[in-house]
Amino acid sequence: MNPESAKLIGAGLAMTGLIGAGAGLGILFGNYLQAAIRNPAAAAGERTYLFLGMALAETMGLFGFVMGLLILFK
Amino acid sequence: MAAIEPMEQFLVRRFVDFPPIPVPGLGMVDLSITNSVLFMMIAATLICLFFFAAAKRELVPGRLQAVAEMLYGMVDNVLTGGIIGDRGRPFLPLVFTLFLLIAFLNLLGLTPGGFTVTSQLAVTATLAVMTFLIVLAVGFARNGLGFFKLFWPSGMHPAMSAFLMVIEMISFLIRPFTLALRLFGNMLGGHVVVYIFATFVIGLGAFGLQGIGLNNLGLIGSGMSFMMVLALTALDFVIAIIQAFVWAALTCVYLNEVVNLDHGH
Repeated sequence: MNPESAKLIGAGLAMTGLIGAGAGLGILFGNYLQAAIRNPAAAAGERTYLFLGMALAETMGLFGFVMGLLILFK
Repeated sequence: MAAIEPMEQFLVRRFVDFPPIPVPGLGMVDLSITNSVLFMMIAATLICLFFFAAAKRELVPGRLQAVAEMLYGMVDNVLTGGIIGDRGRPFLPLVFTLFLLIAFLNLLGLTPGGFTVTSQLAVTATLAVMTFLIVLAVGFARNGLGFFKLFWPSGMHPAMSAFLMVIEMISFLIRPFTLALRLFGNMLGGHVVVYIFATFVIGLGAFGLQGIGLNNLGLIGSGMSFMMVLALTALDFVIAIIQAFVWAALTCVYLNEVVNLDHGH
């Protein structure tokens, strides 16, 4: 395989790290919504932690994204 | 058809050229006015104008003053008050400034012809390192060498604690990277996706207009891509605000750890 195409395939494979971030975000928002429907009064107070959790879950996916960029442009 | 170059929108271009100026300790520094610098200036001017217009201190607030008071109250109640507690009051100006600056820079990037300053890793990395150093400085100023208690988990065998201390230190030192990468990745990703769907609108539309036949289906694809561009732009507005909020909230979480170190808030 020529190195250029191997590089492109590798960058694409690095993006599979985003699968985990997507699943994590789904679990996070799903559980938040479930809790918010069960107890709407407590929903507003937990929204800060929802966004914090979102940020932390996204970070793991972004490491994959950065690996992709590094492979492509290094 | 012109070459599709989704990264071209992130190029830094010079508007006003200045010769490089020697700065002690850094060598020659290029201080030309680029589009990045220009949009940072616009954001700073807009924030100042917003507050000059809003800070009239009327008893019955007008529209602008109500918005400013709402934002201030949000940061005070939810972020510094909600996460740090009463000791968070002194950090309100810092958190509020970071929130407004990042929100304005993100939103200016969404204006037509705008340049997203926060899609430059150099900018987000500088902001992240600044935030990290402030947390370190506050930690040492408040606790002295007791700051290192932050890394020492209590209530277990000392050997286990020593092992966990290494992991805690790594997760502490990785914070500026994650802060910078999160904002950079979100802004870059959002803009690239909108750009790619926008090229579909033109490409498929041009393909669909060639004579009559099966290729007319391209017009449907073009229309759907246009809907996608609209939806993604709306999503980008939400993300622009949320990312600014997340940055401010994480700054508060990091400050909370060092401010309330011996109180377990």
